[in-house]
Amino acid sequence: MGGTDGLAGRVAVEGLVKRFGPVNAVDHVSLEVSSGEFLALLGPSGSGKTTILMSIAGFEFPDAGRILIGQEEVTWTPPNRRNLGMVFQRYTLFPHMSVLENIAFPLKMRGVGRAEREERARAALATVRLGEMGGRRPAQLSGGQQQRVAIARAIVYQPRVLLMDEPLSALDKNLREEMQIEIKHLQQRIGITVIFVTHDQTEALTMADRIAVLDHGRLQQLGTPRDLYEAPQTAFVAGFIGETNFCEGQLAQAAASGESVTVALTGGGSLPAIAAEALPAGGRIKVALRPERLRVLPATAEGTTARVAEAIYAGNATTLMLEGAFGQPLRARIPAGAGLHEPRPGETVRLAWQAADARAFRA
Amino acid sequence: MSAARTHNRAGRMALNAAAYAVTVFLLLPTLIIAPMSVGPERLLSFPPKGFSLRWYAAYFEDSDWLRATLFSAEAGLISAVCATLIGTMLALALVRGRLPGKGFIELLVIGPVIVPHIALAVAMFLVFEQLRLTGTLLGFAMAHTVLALPFVVFTVLAALYRFDVDLERAALSCGAGPIRAFRHVTLPLIAPGLVSAALFAFIISFDEAVVSFFISDLDRKTLPRKMFEDIDFNISPTLAAVATMLTALTILALLLGYGLKRSLERRARAAGTAPDPGP
Repeated sequence: MGGTDGLAGRVAVEGLVKRFGPVNAVDHVSLEVSSGEFLALLGPSGSGKTTILMSIAGFEFPDAGRILIGQEEVTWTPPNRRNLGMVFQRYTLFPHMSVLENIAFPLKMRGVGRAEREERARAALATVRLGEMGGRRPAQLSGGQQQRVAIARAIVYQPRVLLMDEPLSALDKNLREEMQIEIKHLQQRIGITVIFVTHDQTEALTMADRIAVLDHGRLQQLGTPRDLYEAPQTAFVAGFIGETNFCEGQLAQAAASGESVTVALTGGGSLPAIAAEALPAGGRIKVALRPERLRVLPATAEGTTARVAEAIYAGNATTLMLEGAFGQPLRARIPAGAGLHEPRPGETVRLAWQAADARAFRA
Repeated sequence: MSAARTHNRAGRMALNAAAYAVTVFLLLPTLIIAPMSVGPERLLSFPPKGFSLRWYAAYFEDSDWLRATLFSAEAGLISAVCATLIGTMLALALVRGRLPGKGFIELLVIGPVIVPHIALAVAMFLVFEQLRLTGTLLGFAMAHTVLALPFVVFTVLAALYRFDVDLERAALSCGAGPIRAFRHVTLPLIAPGLVSAALFAFIISFDEAVVSFFISDLDRKTLPRKMFEDIDFNISPTLAAVATMLTALTILALLLGYGLKRSLERRARAAGTAPDPGP
C-alpha cells in the first residue's frame, strides 16, 4: 500500500465530546487508526466506547469534535453515505430476506446489476466459509453462522473500514474464541481497517494491534496490548487489564513520570516503585504489582516476608494468598512445571520483584 | 406435582368456562337477530314461525338500502386508506422523530377516543354545515379518518415497538437512505400491523352511527344511519336481515384480514432463494 491508498482506510477522531443530559458520555477523546490497523475500543459499560463507534458510524452526532475517514471530514455525513461496514451486537440480518439477499442488499443499494450482485454475494459468503448457506433464511442459521453472514454483508462492497460493536458477545465461549481468530485472519487477508468495541480484555488483547482503554468517557491509554499490560499509565488501566495487587500509600515529594520513588505505605513500611504518571507531593498513591511478577522464595533473615494464608491450585498455576507484607493481603502466582518452590499454607516466605514491576499511580 | 397439575387444569377449565359464558352473553343478541331475519311475518318476532328469505330479497330490491351500503363502503375504504397512511406516518414520527411537543401530539391522537362521540358529532356537524360538507363523501371520509386514527396509530406503534431498530441501522450502514431503508426493511416487517390497522379503520368507519347520524343528509347517508331511520319509520324484518348480513360481513372481513396478516408474517420470516430482482 502506498500514496493515497495508504490513507483511504484511516480513521481519525479529534476532540470528540458527546453529552447525554448532564453526563459526558465521551469527554474530549482523540485517536487515530491507520489504514489496515485493528483497533479495539475497550472499557466497562458506560465508558463511552460504543458512543465513539456510533459517532464514527454516523448514528450519533457529537457535541464537539470532528470525525475523519480517509482524508474526508464526515462528522455530519449521514450513515448511508460513509461507506463503512458495520456489524452489530445482535445479528441484525433482515429476517424477510434469504442469506444471499441479505449479503446482496448493500450492492443493490449501490445500483450493482443483478448478476454481478449475486456473484459478489456468493464470493463474500465463501469468504466467511458459508458457501452452501445462501438459500437459507437467517432464522435457520446458528448464532455464529448468522454473525458470519452479517460480516459478509458488511464487507461485500469492499469498504475500507469495518466497525464492529461487540459482535461476539452473544456467542458462547468456545465459539467466541474461534471467531476471534477467524475475524483476525479475515482482517489481515483483506487488509481492512477494523474498529472493534469490546468489554472483554482477553478479546481485545487477542485481536487488536492497538487498544484504546476508556473509562467514564475519557481515553485512559492507547497502545499495543504489550504496552498496556507492561506499562499501564493510569491506575484504571493497571486494574482493568490483567490482574494486579494495589498497595496504598503516600509520597513525600512530587515525582515526574518514569522517576524512581519510595512510597510510604498506609499499612506500614515503604515500597520502591517507578512513577507511572506525574505524581503530586503528599497525594495518595496506589502501587500496582502483578501477582505473577512477585517471586516467592524461601524465607531468609532479610527482605520482605509474608505468611501464606492459602494456596489455590488451578492446573497451570498456583495462586498464593499472602498476609503480613506491606500490611495488607497480596496475591502471588507461581506457574506450574517451572520447578519453583511451592510453599504450603502457614509457611513464611520471602518476596522479591523487579523495581520496574512496581508502578506507582495517583489513587 | 400431579396435584398441582390437576389444580392447574381445573383453574384453566374454570377460566375457559367463564370466557365462553361472557362470549355467549355478548353474542346472544346477535345470534337472536339471525333467526328473526328469516321469519316470514311482517313484524319482527322471535322465535320465527317459518323460514323465508323475503326480507333479504327486500333489501336487495330497495335502492335506498343499496345506495346507503355503497356509500358506507366508499366512506369506509377511503377512510381506511387515509387513516392508515396518516396514522403510520404519525406513529413513525412519534417513535423515530425528534419532534417537539410529542406528548401534546399523542394527546391529540387519543382525543377522538376520549371525547364523547356525541360531542364530536355535534362539533363536526356545526363545522361541516358551514363548509357544506354534510352529506358528502369527503365529509364522511374526513370524519371517519379522524375517528379511526387513534386505533391505527396505536396498532402501528405496537408493531414499531416490536421491531428491532438495529435492523434499520443495519440497512442505513448498508448504504440505504432512510426512505429505502423503510421500504426494503421496516415496511415488509411491520406490514402485518398495517393490515390490522387498515381493517380496524374500515370496520370503525363502516360501523360508525353517531357522527354519521349528524352529518348525513336525506340523499347521502351511511348504512347505520339508514338503519336508524328504518327503526323510526317501519320496523320491518329487513332491518334484521341487514343486521345479520352486517355481522356476517364483519366476521368475514376479520377472518380475511387475519389470514392475510398470517401469510404476511410467514412471508416476513420466510424468503426466496435468489436475490430480489430489480433495484
